[in-house]
Amino acid sequence: MKYVDEFRDGELAKGIAARIAIEADPSRTYHFMEFCGGHTHAISRYGVKDLLPASVVMVHGPGCPVCVLPIGRIDMAIELAIREQAILCTYADTMRVPASGGLSLMKAKAKGADIRMVYSASDALRIAQENPGREVVFLAIGFETTTPPTALVVKQAAALGLANFSVFCNHVLTPAAISHILESPEVRELGTVKIDGFVGPAHVSTIIGSQPYDYFAEEYAKPVVIAGFEPLDVMQAILMLVRQVNEGRAEVENEFSRAVTADGNAKAKALVAEIFELRRAFEWRGLGRVPYSALRLKDEWAAFDAERRFDMPERSVPDNKACECGAILRGVKKPTDCKVFGTACTPETPMGSCMVSSEGACAAHYTYGRFRNAA
Amino acid sequence: MCLAIPAKVVELRDADLAVIDLGGVRKEISLALVEDVRPGDFVIVHVGYALQKVDPEEAEKTLALFAGLDAPARETA
Amino acid sequence: MSTVRTGYVRPLDVKRGLVDMSHGSGGRAMAQLIDELFLAAFDNEWLREMNDQARVPMPAGRLVIATDSHVVSPLFFPGGDIGCLSVHGTINDVAMAGAKPLYLTSGFILEEGYPLADLKRIVESMAAAAREAGVPIVTGDTKVVEQGKGDGVFINTTGVGVVLEGVDVSGAHARPGDAILVSGTLGDHGVAIMSLRENLTFETTIRSDTASLHTLVAAMVEAVPGIRTLRDPTRGGLATTLNEIARQSKAGMTIREAAIPVRPEVSAACEFLGLDPLYVANEGKLVAICGPGDAARLLAAMRAHPQGRDSAIIGEVVADANHFVQMETGFGGRRMVDWLAGEQLPRIC
Repeated sequence: MKYVDEFRDGELAKGIAARIAIEADPSRTYHFMEFCGGHTHAISRYGVKDLLPASVVMVHGPGCPVCVLPIGRIDMAIELAIREQAILCTYADTMRVPASGGLSLMKAKAKGADIRMVYSASDALRIAQENPGREVVFLAIGFETTTPPTALVVKQAAALGLANFSVFCNHVLTPAAISHILESPEVRELGTVKIDGFVGPAHVSTIIGSQPYDYFAEEYAKPVVIAGFEPLDVMQAILMLVRQVNEGRAEVENEFSRAVTADGNAKAKALVAEIFELRRAFEWRGLGRVPYSALRLKDEWAAFDAERRFDMPERSVPDNKACECGAILRGVKKPTDCKVFGTACTPETPMGSCMVSSEGACAAHYTYGRFRNAA
Repeated sequence: MCLAIPAKVVELRDADLAVIDLGGVRKEISLALVEDVRPGDFVIVHVGYALQKVDPEEAEKTLALFAGLDAPARETA
Repeated sequence: MSTVRTGYVRPLDVKRGLVDMSHGSGGRAMAQLIDELFLAAFDNEWLREMNDQARVPMPAGRLVIATDSHVVSPLFFPGGDIGCLSVHGTINDVAMAGAKPLYLTSGFILEEGYPLADLKRIVESMAAAAREAGVPIVTGDTKVVEQGKGDGVFINTTGVGVVLEGVDVSGAHARPGDAILVSGTLGDHGVAIMSLRENLTFETTIRSDTASLHTLVAAMVEAVPGIRTLRDPTRGGLATTLNEIARQSKAGMTIREAAIPVRPEVSAACEFLGLDPLYVANEGKLVAICGPGDAARLLAAMRAHPQGRDSAIIGEVVADANHFVQMETGFGGRRMVDWLAGEQLPRIC
């Protein structure tokens, strides 16, 4: 597979690993946060950790949109399917996220709710066309990468004059999340979470471009290297971060130049701006209410906004007391610091979202890396 | 986030649709989010949509970077 | 005046007919269904006796029994259907004991409304698979459930075979140092099925690998009578099978990603869907574990057989109190290959 296999080459990996080992200053440690869940997954799946020196530590960030979806929002989605008897269309990732009352979308489906897994937003649109007598709701999740497709289907639904289609919008924004982490007491004042730099998200950046990250580099004096999705990309980005730290630079560098430009995808951005606007604040699992961090449909598209179409009271449900997802999402704790990790909470019986999504730090560690901690 | 994969566009269809080929597997996807795509181009595909074209020159440069062929080359955005 | 033809029974309308409740009632309609569809296709000396059971000679050696229920959906897929799948699957379960499969049974649960034409296709496919394998279907059962209570057709097959004394193949026998082999490319069946699932449509020439492996097993046992373990990695894929064996044998395993054969198309389809080929079902492959000194000979015997051409040694059994299955990635790092959690769902992120 072109543009895939070459970027996974083991020989090149050894070369980059050697360079990182040489250039990493042995008298210090480097803590880099990879923001994107896809990077968390790639690091675990390919065993990138084995190729890094012990002084380079990766901190997993909240870049997994499933992981940051609060319980209350899933409850609302389940209620739509049950109370309104809507056909709820969702990406597979959200099916097993634990919600209130021991339910999840998958369990609600087993109880008879019409919940259907789709690969693409356009599938939800098609289901709406094929079922004119039923309400069809698309559970939209994701960062900036997944938002343009949702915008497209809203527009298409309007053009088709569909009267039975709506979107339950949970789209969130990357820069807001990064800011929130950098503003958190653990990072800013207490220094309990050391972050020396960021591995910037791959596909979010194809849409928003590299320009939005300039703010972080300047304001917080932290280097950002936007990295492609493949393990070689991640390693190269880590090398570039090590160099920036060594040289005292805090710049935005673009390792993923084959798909990311400074401005990103203007067409996609324009489309998103046409359909969506910022919410004042939005609850993120583990981060609490984060200002200007999420999107909702503009008033002119209200007919397609599930929250306005149906009576959907806002729900805020606290996480299970033993669940450390919040701290883990902020990089304050590691999966192994959580009391229920691997015991009550496993991929088979997840308690929190970090364990459900294969990109969650807990699931990634449990599935790929727990042999490192075993006795 | 995002599982997205680079794939080759092999056929253009009506209504902003196209067929991509990845390792011999073909799928119909939407080009509604990109412009000026021709058969032979590679695009990054996510949830059935092309997000961006892959720039072959930049890809080569990146591979050279991996091989350490551009000495500490710094690409600032 | 009309002439009544004595002894004439109007045959089943296979072209347009549907399964209905009378076909499961035990009366004439059921007898006709069995006669014209099942007996005609499976035909052998035991079925011709028309008893509710089959009396077969007792073989020398140890009796091996295995059973499998088949609920695959869709019923027809590239490379096969539920019919031949049910024959191959149970033959393989018996064969994985190092045994020679001798007889099969087949129980059908049919859903009211299912087209007889499709049922005939399934039955004929089963008959062909059984004939080719040389394993007759000697007895069976038919039931019909109301519309909505089934998925078209469910099939259970039970297989009976014999294993010679001295051949002792079990999942509990793997020992540290043993070699782990697979008989060919992984993930073909699961991807072939997924390509037909609604909302996941992609075009591919991948076909299910469903096949009976008993002659391959016979060749392997002949080459290496002391073979430790045989298992076919069906649901849950290679990863699940290795974890099962690791748990049974109380050992760990290390495998090498670069050695595992996967077709490029299967890799690509898995990339699209965010699936790991190690967890995707196979229906015509097996995993074998043997002593380190026997590995080369076993590999040669497997590769010499038409169903084992792409066989490979993929790793070793190791001592590990945690029974972890670990993999050296093609990239140079290491990761665990854990049990499958829940169902393998395609992901977006």
